[in-house]
Amino acid sequence: MLDGRGSIRRRSGARLWLSAAWLTVFVLAALLAPLISPHDPLAQDLMLGRLPPAWIAGAEPGYWLGTDSLGRDVLSRIIHGARIALVVALIAGTATCLLGSVLGLVAGFYRGWADRLISRLVDIWMAFPPVLFAILLIAVLGTGLTSVILAIVIIDWTRFCRVVRAETLNQSKMDYVHSAKVAGFTRLRTLATEILPNVLPTIIALLTLEMGIAVIVEAILSFVNLSISTDQPTWGGMIAEGRTSIHQAWWVLVFPLIALFLTVLSFAQFGDGLRERFDPVLR
Amino acid sequence: MMLLRQTVSRLITTLITLFGVAVIVFVVIRVVPGNPIAMMLPPGASETDIERLKTLYGLDKSIFEQFVIWFGNVLHGDFGTSISTRQPVLSLVLDRLPATLELSIMALVMAVAIGGALAVLGTRFRGRKTEAGIDVANGIGLSIPDFLWGLALILLFGVLWPVFQISGRVSPRLELPFTNQFYLFESLARLRFDITADLLSHMFMPALALALPLAAIISQLLKQSLKETVNLDYSVLARTKGYSETKVILSEALPNSILPTLTLVGVQFTFLIGGTVIIERLFSYEGLGNMAIDAVINRDLPLIQGIVILFAILFTFVNLAVDMTYAFLNPKLRHA
Repeated sequence: MLDGRGSIRRRSGARLWLSAAWLTVFVLAALLAPLISPHDPLAQDLMLGRLPPAWIAGAEPGYWLGTDSLGRDVLSRIIHGARIALVVALIAGTATCLLGSVLGLVAGFYRGWADRLISRLVDIWMAFPPVLFAILLIAVLGTGLTSVILAIVIIDWTRFCRVVRAETLNQSKMDYVHSAKVAGFTRLRTLATEILPNVLPTIIALLTLEMGIAVIVEAILSFVNLSISTDQPTWGGMIAEGRTSIHQAWWVLVFPLIALFLTVLSFAQFGDGLRERFDPVLR
Repeated sequence: MMLLRQTVSRLITTLITLFGVAVIVFVVIRVVPGNPIAMMLPPGASETDIERLKTLYGLDKSIFEQFVIWFGNVLHGDFGTSISTRQPVLSLVLDRLPATLELSIMALVMAVAIGGALAVLGTRFRGRKTEAGIDVANGIGLSIPDFLWGLALILLFGVLWPVFQISGRVSPRLELPFTNQFYLFESLARLRFDITADLLSHMFMPALALALPLAAIISQLLKQSLKETVNLDYSVLARTKGYSETKVILSEALPNSILPTLTLVGVQFTFLIGGTVIIERLFSYEGLGNMAIDAVINRDLPLIQGIVILFAILFTFVNLAVDMTYAFLNPKLRHA
């Protein structure tokens, strides 16, 4: 039993550090984009169109990851694209988390008509294909960063709501909740000071997962050309462009895809690693 | 008795859910800025033309009236006329549904095969390097969504080692002697295996992209319950009878571990069907999802409504079917 726990902790340790390392690179790239990117991400130069990455014959010095069909530097665009991804991850992730968790806590703790209403809403939401729902909302709200964030919150709150409700239900049956009642705590106080701290690890793990999902949703919307204006570099937009010129210039697709892959993977693994680290049973 | 009552109550909540979906789609779409009528007419059309079309599509009435009329028609199977193609929505949607169903079911089969095989393998070699490797693969499979798998597969099997088709459902050069839209099914029935091979070559990558996240979930959950059952008495007994470890897993542990996995697969299958929207777009596969995105871009309100409702019906009925299967298979519920 003991060494079982040890091996889990060791594995989660490596996962935690690797994903934290990539997320640090990601956040720094986003914050320092204007300082560290070698070129202007929007500067076009048709003479330098579709240059291959630096280690392939035909490359120009200074364009490390090559250029796209309009001669824009791929590396600079990835670095600048990280800014949109970071904003979406932080704002959409947090807002989704707040909305879904509050509704989940209310439904799971107060039960009654609030629970019935919220659970029915969740059922209805689950009957929508999420990507189609997102595209529909963007069509209604108009393109732009705010619409993208709003669409993510409107669609994904159910993810938190379902899990947090179930967890709150479990916690509500515990002895300590009964003791709090006997001790004369108000319902709200019991919820905020007794139940919430016990549900929090789950919420935090879901939050980091949601941040990764938000980045993906933004990329998908950029991919179908419904995210933000086309002159702002985004990973999804780069991928959409790379998809069309895949046989002439694979690097336009590959590098933003790798960035997206690592970011999404890191958010998910970071959340999982955190949960394992703070799981009272494993500890 | 209990099973019957359960069925009826589940059916009622399913209908309430579908009604809720209809209301929400209807309201959301009516808020769309940009007049769909304006897009249908040539520039310079007169006011009377605009009014006539508005009356034709019922857009001159209040939202509530529009909903009552539309919902009444839907109950009669009339989903209206597509604005961009001027064809009945129902026939457009039903024409594309088989393509999406074939893709989803193919993906489900792949997910069960890959996930099941990994779970059995991981249980057979539990506690060794193989299991640790499978755990890492599951972790990655779970974290990366279908959209990214799709792109990775395009690079791998479309560019680097181009063995599969990266766009469309079937090669345009092939003459299709088909009478319905279930191409895969019909090509098999007519023994036209050349067409089957072409269809599979187009379907392989989108289906695999949809399958991988689900395969990881199945593998993880099934392995967990297999590992619990291989230590139970009947497995130990089978082992003392001289069964090989693989046989114990396959014939003793597996049948008893299927049930929890089944429920989960059902819920996840609806997510998989939802994933077809973007995957079909990515692979230019002519299914429902691809049509849905075009409909949104063209602001084709009746078509969007029809597609969303159809997806919702599909989702809720998959869930219903899974619940019923579960209730039927679970002896505790069956004999109660």
